[in-house]
Amino acid sequence: MMVAFSFTALAAIFAALAAAPFFLGTYGIGFLLGLVGYVTLASAWALFSGPTRYVSLATVAFFGIGAYTVAVLYETLPSWLVLVVAALIGLVVALLVGLSTLRLAGVYFVIFTFGLAELIRQLVTWYEVNITGTLGRYLFVDYGPEVVYWKLLALCAVTLAIGYFIKRSRWGLALKMIGDDEVVAEHCGLPTARVKLALFAASSVIITLVGAIQAPRWTYIEPTIVFNPTISFLTLIMALLGGAGRLWGPVVGAVPLFLLFEWLSANFPDHYSIILGLLFIAIVFVLPNGVLGFFEDHWNRLRARRSAGSNEPSQDKEVG
Amino acid sequence: MTLTTTLIAGLVLGGTYALVAMGLTLQYGIARIMNLAYGDMIITAAFAAFVVQALPSMNPLTGLAIVVPGGFIFGYLVYVFLLSPLVKRAPDKATLEVDSILTTFGLLFVIQGVLLVLFGSNYTSYTFLNVPVSIFGTTVAANRLIALVLALTIGLMFYALLTRTRWGTALRAVAVSPQSAKLVGINTDRAAAVAFAMGTALAAAGGTVISMYQTFTATGGVVFTMKALIVVIMGGVGNLLGALTAGLVLGIVETTVSTYLDPGLTLAATYTIFLAVLLWRPEGLFGRRV
Repeated sequence: MMVAFSFTALAAIFAALAAAPFFLGTYGIGFLLGLVGYVTLASAWALFSGPTRYVSLATVAFFGIGAYTVAVLYETLPSWLVLVVAALIGLVVALLVGLSTLRLAGVYFVIFTFGLAELIRQLVTWYEVNITGTLGRYLFVDYGPEVVYWKLLALCAVTLAIGYFIKRSRWGLALKMIGDDEVVAEHCGLPTARVKLALFAASSVIITLVGAIQAPRWTYIEPTIVFNPTISFLTLIMALLGGAGRLWGPVVGAVPLFLLFEWLSANFPDHYSIILGLLFIAIVFVLPNGVLGFFEDHWNRLRARRSAGSNEPSQDKEVG
Repeated sequence: MTLTTTLIAGLVLGGTYALVAMGLTLQYGIARIMNLAYGDMIITAAFAAFVVQALPSMNPLTGLAIVVPGGFIFGYLVYVFLLSPLVKRAPDKATLEVDSILTTFGLLFVIQGVLLVLFGSNYTSYTFLNVPVSIFGTTVAANRLIALVLALTIGLMFYALLTRTRWGTALRAVAVSPQSAKLVGINTDRAAAVAFAMGTALAAAGGTVISMYQTFTATGGVVFTMKALIVVIMGGVGNLLGALTAGLVLGIVETTVSTYLDPGLTLAATYTIFLAVLLWRPEGLFGRRV
């Protein structure tokens, strides 16, 4: 009953969002597009990093790969094929990163992903300057922003669905275990490296697709635009604010932060990175489990206190 | 460019990398903080040196006397106010690692934002002793030679401090085993704070040295963090001499690539080395297999 109700409500929300472009102006569509883009990015990031607690700092590397692939290929291939090619390139890079680092301690993965965007940016720049002789490409497509928006909305729905089904499956349990204690997981016979690799690949492909779908929004693309580290940073802070270990956490975090970011970049264009950096540190300090985790903790504690004070205090701290 | 010129340029660059990597290995090895804002601390020091050397009757060398202690104080404050609460809160090593990575990632954007507001996003540089000197049959700029000598002197000084003094031995004890260090009466909290501050001081020294012979920008920190991290892993975490050797190797490889292939491919070369180390010896070239 409850589940059926939730699904109906969700379907209604998505239907309303899908119909929104018919009632909004260009600014409204652009705004929603950015919002849905970040909700998808944060959810895709949390798909892997939430349960495993492997902090990936490479979001913009995959995002940029997607956007750049579209800029290079959009004239020669049909648009659905361009998306497939972008996804495949993202997959290959993700497998390369995953295979070389996910067998090792988590910190190697973090380090590798930390510089990855800069590496790919420099390689693309080098290639463009030396081989093709240009830096920066124009991108003119024959469809409007509402089409970009619908594609993104579909991807967003798919991402949330994947998150939902993984949580309900054996995979979800395996991931939770890896996040809690990898050594124990290994001893229980879980193929930890393979599970992590598969999930990292899935998350990276979605992020690549977000970049690929959003690319036409820029009309002019160059490495410094599509490999902007702020995108990685925002994705991370959104997922953390909401709580990366929960399905709806990234959504809850993305909406207010996107609004804040829009407001900051309009009013304090020079200072927003300082303000967001401080906010980020504050979140790590005050809400280590995200907003959802915070309320869940307090709710549990309140309930435990109310139900017979003689019992032992609630110790069920949520991980993630 | 002849081979000797390339080699000397590589040693200069490598000496600087070794210097900054020693600082990072102190922070990660002893204070157990994975500092992603490390490169931005280097860049901050480079800008500080740029400001200080322009003051009347100052030059980058005398500027070290201001910038390095400044780095120490800054590092100490960052540790006490930002990181030590996380250390106290963390139930295990893995949680601390994630928390410190996230906090310093946030700090990176704060530092970068402040530098952008103060200095803008342009490439900055100043000229200091840009006179040719003949050595081993080739000519090198005097500032580069000074940079190399400085990097090695400061690096070896810190090495002696850590290996030859009682105080350094205590720090190394914390690196080996934080729990046992407490049992023999070492204040591990203070040791971690001092190690972190010393690491930042080394970053400040490195930033000053870099500013003598290179251009730098407010957004260039990521690359320095990356290179320092790779040198640390190559040398083995906590291993100072390993960092020194690995730094020199990385400098020479990079200079060779940028001379004979293309300057745009240096980071790619760095990553190739990193990948090779990860696949072949993740515990570092000089680390022990556990």
